[in-house]
Amino acid sequence: MTIIPSIKRDYLCRLAEQGKRIDGRKFDEYRKIEIKPNIISKAEGSALVKIGNTQVLTGIKMDVGEPYPDSPETGVLTTGAELVPLASPDFEAGPPQEDAIELARVVDRGVRESEVIELEKLCIEPGEKVWIIFVDIHVLDYDGNLFDAASLASLAALFTTKVPAKRFDLGEDFPLPLREPPVSCTSVKFNNVVVADPCLDEEEIAEARLTVATDKNGDIRAMQKGLSGSFTKDEIKKVIKASINNGKEIRKILYKSIGK
Amino acid sequence: MKSEEIKLIDSNGKRLDGRGPLDLRKIKIEAGVLHRADGSCYLEWGGNKILVAVYGPREAIPKHIQDQVKALVNARYNMASFSVEDRKRPGPDRRSREISKVISEALERVILTEQFPRTTIDVNIEVLDAEAGTRCAGLTAAGVALADAGIPMTDIPVACAAGKIDGQVVLDLGKEEDNYGDADLPVAIAPRTDEIILLQMDGHLTIEEFDKALDLAIKGCHIISKLQRKALLDRYQSLIEGGDIE
Repeated sequence: MTIIPSIKRDYLCRLAEQGKRIDGRKFDEYRKIEIKPNIISKAEGSALVKIGNTQVLTGIKMDVGEPYPDSPETGVLTTGAELVPLASPDFEAGPPQEDAIELARVVDRGVRESEVIELEKLCIEPGEKVWIIFVDIHVLDYDGNLFDAASLASLAALFTTKVPAKRFDLGEDFPLPLREPPVSCTSVKFNNVVVADPCLDEEEIAEARLTVATDKNGDIRAMQKGLSGSFTKDEIKKVIKASINNGKEIRKILYKSIGK
Repeated sequence: MKSEEIKLIDSNGKRLDGRGPLDLRKIKIEAGVLHRADGSCYLEWGGNKILVAVYGPREAIPKHIQDQVKALVNARYNMASFSVEDRKRPGPDRRSREISKVISEALERVILTEQFPRTTIDVNIEVLDAEAGTRCAGLTAAGVALADAGIPMTDIPVACAAGKIDGQVVLDLGKEEDNYGDADLPVAIAPRTDEIILLQMDGHLTIEEFDKALDLAIKGCHIISKLQRKALLDRYQSLIEGGDIE
């Protein structure tokens, strides 16, 4: 964990000075994105997202339960992430670590604050019974940029979700009521260059990270800065611009995959 | 109660999903599907979807768990929370711990562990979609993933279950058959020698029925063993032909 990264760091930085990245991409270019919706038959909705070698699977389960006392007429959203040891030699079994919790929280916020799910339509009996949505993120192969992969997998999975009303004797199944989703794009900074969609090698030497979620109109809907480094104002503006452009492309891929 | 209401075999001898008593569900195996893992396998078996990653041999940590003469084989069977009808709470429960243990022991029998003292070989089995027979599917996929990782083994382990439904011995129980059937007998073997490396049973079988079910399960294992070999061949043949060696 000490010698190899410092060699790799020098290599990545030297490449960056020549305007290059380790896998030949441009600074603001994403790896190939693939979305496979609806692949888990037992789940109410699901999607597998590949960004380059990174693979994340999100499954949605639904149940009927009690609402929170402060919002008796809205459905409940719960997001969890598992960094299962299958996905990386560095992931360990056991209760969720910091990283898994941060990942779940960022995805949860993206879905909740953007009000993608019309939770108010998921009330069955006010104060008594509402639909509970479990968004479970399963990381399968970790080669960087889990934030974007997990957000995208979760959005795609929500768009394939059928509310299992029949199973609970509550009438016919219906598609989960949803609004236009924002799309998250992450960039990292190292050695004074900023690159979009970091692969694992870039993530390991990153000094600062910025995730920007943009909506269909190109407006900003959420941001999260991470790691101990800093950005200049100009860098932030550049990241936002790249995120809007990449967000447009990713939105197209998302809509195409779910047949919208 | 239910077992009397539901007929698992119809008058033509067909099972609920249209299979005959000696038919397997559809199986699809793919080797080398993950980038980070040393070896991996994706397997679909009826409605089961299983992903296995092998890491190692690598240094066993903490040091006190190391075995000075051989590698530890550490299989971890884990069900995704969305893999079953009612959401499963994430993390290991008693059932998955037991399955992890019996699979670890079965794999240890075929792996040449004495070649890698003080190391661990981690076999991560993720059940993404479950529909009866996940332990057999998991072990079968683990066999392919271990071979894909280049772990030396005496044989590629393979598993298959037989069981009894409506009084008849059948191969590879499906979901309803598992729930309402009379007996389930998962078996894993080393197919070159037919050594049995995993065996469990629940339900009720006479001695004769057991003999018949065991033979049937072993026959099933041999069919699946061919699919495992084909998956590995497909993976590495294409590498040789395409010249695309990562």
